[in-house]
Amino acid sequence: MKTVFAAQGNIISSLGFTAEENFSAMEQGSSGIKKHNNTKFLPFPFYASLVDSEKLNKNFSALSENENYTRLEKMFILSIADVLAKSALDVKSENTLLIISTAKGNINLLEEANYGGFPEKRLLLAEMANQITGFFGMKNTPLVVSNACISGVLGIITAQRLIGSGQYENVIVTGGDLVSEFTLSGFNSFKALSDEPCKPYDIKRKGITLGEGCGTVLLTSNDKLLNKSEKKIRVAGGSVSNDANHISGPSRTGEELALAVNTAITEACCGKQIDFISAHGTATDFNDEMEAKAFSVAGLEHIQLNSMKGFFGHTLGAAGVIESIVTVETMKRNVLLPSLGFENSGVSMPLNITRKSESKQINTALKTASGFGGCNAAVVFKSV
Amino acid sequence: MKTVISSYCVIRNHQIMVNGETVLTKEKDLPFSEFIKTAYDLNALPYLKFFKMDDLCKLAFVASEFLLKNNKLAEQYGAENVSLLFANTSSSLDTDINYYNTVKDFPSPALFVYTLPNIMLGEICIRNKIKGKTAFFIFEQFQAEFLCNYATQLIRHKKAKAVIIGWVELLNKNYDAFLCLIEETDNGIALTKQNLEKLYTT
Repeated sequence: MKTVFAAQGNIISSLGFTAEENFSAMEQGSSGIKKHNNTKFLPFPFYASLVDSEKLNKNFSALSENENYTRLEKMFILSIADVLAKSALDVKSENTLLIISTAKGNINLLEEANYGGFPEKRLLLAEMANQITGFFGMKNTPLVVSNACISGVLGIITAQRLIGSGQYENVIVTGGDLVSEFTLSGFNSFKALSDEPCKPYDIKRKGITLGEGCGTVLLTSNDKLLNKSEKKIRVAGGSVSNDANHISGPSRTGEELALAVNTAITEACCGKQIDFISAHGTATDFNDEMEAKAFSVAGLEHIQLNSMKGFFGHTLGAAGVIESIVTVETMKRNVLLPSLGFENSGVSMPLNITRKSESKQINTALKTASGFGGCNAAVVFKSV
Repeated sequence: MKTVISSYCVIRNHQIMVNGETVLTKEKDLPFSEFIKTAYDLNALPYLKFFKMDDLCKLAFVASEFLLKNNKLAEQYGAENVSLLFANTSSSLDTDINYYNTVKDFPSPALFVYTLPNIMLGEICIRNKIKGKTAFFIFEQFQAEFLCNYATQLIRHKKAKAVIIGWVELLNKNYDAFLCLIEETDNGIALTKQNLEKLYTT
């Protein structure tokens, strides 16, 4: 199997339009979650992490004269363009594939009269994906991964397998989702939305805060594409599991997430030598409790862990990519980030949750995600 | 031992075929809901979760029941060694539209949970106690080559001992389901792109 390196990354979120802007804001403990009063989305005020539309459109106009792209497509294109600008990758090569991770894609078009002026087929994820490869002139048909909230991590694991087996040299993994009336009303119908910024793992947690954004990372077996001055990080192992328990509630024991974690760790050959866990931490009662049990089952309860949802909310299919990029940055910079919103533990098993930004040598990190449909995913990043 | 397609099931045009043999044919004008209920009834076991499912999951569920019959994959291979690789064109758009039609009035949590294509994987895992690797991909059309390569890799690298490949599409009353079981055994059709394509188009 070929070694799969994580090269350049980009994040577009409420905290900024580059990975650097996002990381700096997070280091300072800033959150992009704000109170919004938009009756188009919900009949009452709600907390969410939203991307600045004015800046999005301004940045897009600077990149392209053709502005006939949806809001989410603009995010994908800007995010990929930033990665390409920082990389020597030949995006038009037959050795390069685009993987798009998304839960709902252009679902906001359903909410607009006449689909916002776009053809109806733009609701189809493959059509949305074709718009993006078309913009960059990529040769290969893009691969769309749509697995609820593990879409992002699964995109990275899929890329690792496709590069590891030599089918492609480079895979650009991009994950994106929007906050919309569709998603807000849905999570609200489940009574899963928090009426204040989310507090993962905290005793006072009240549920999810939704976020929107896009993350893009270049994965490659070509180490010439890595930034020379930086620590080399590789995708060392990854796995997926299913709870086989309930379609909208997580496992009661956490054994299945632990199974994915243990399989990923075995593939990465790192034993329990993990320096940091970027967990899912949605701040719902059931999710956080399940994760606490899972990390206990896996024997990882002592390892420093955070949830990034307090910074930019739950970005659904984008979350796994965005949070993996932050995890890789954490490793390159040797800086641990706090788990924003956490004060006192509200889960039944012990977890070592980070409270403040601190310097720490981080050579191995685990990223996990879980989602509707009972799916769990885990990926291990290691420095070379 | 070879990596083979050990059984397959096709549901389209109100007809169900298992391993090339027709097991049910209904009139084309029968509503989908009645057709799929008739198909469900052919499998004797009552499974009340079926009635809560959206049409896309009902289609996937019925196809998996015909494919697996009394085959207890989780017991035979271990729950974590059975994988599901599924794909379609329209994701969950059929139910997305149905859900969104309830939003202005009273948003339905029972519909919202089905607005993700991978829910069908969860339903099949719950029914068959499968805990292995699952993935849902979106393609413009059936991609035999990708699914064949991916399943072959999972088995070759010992990440799975059995894989169910699925194409389950449904939008605006048009539907198409094709499931096949991949195992390592001496009996079956060799898993190749050509064979997968051929079985899908029969």
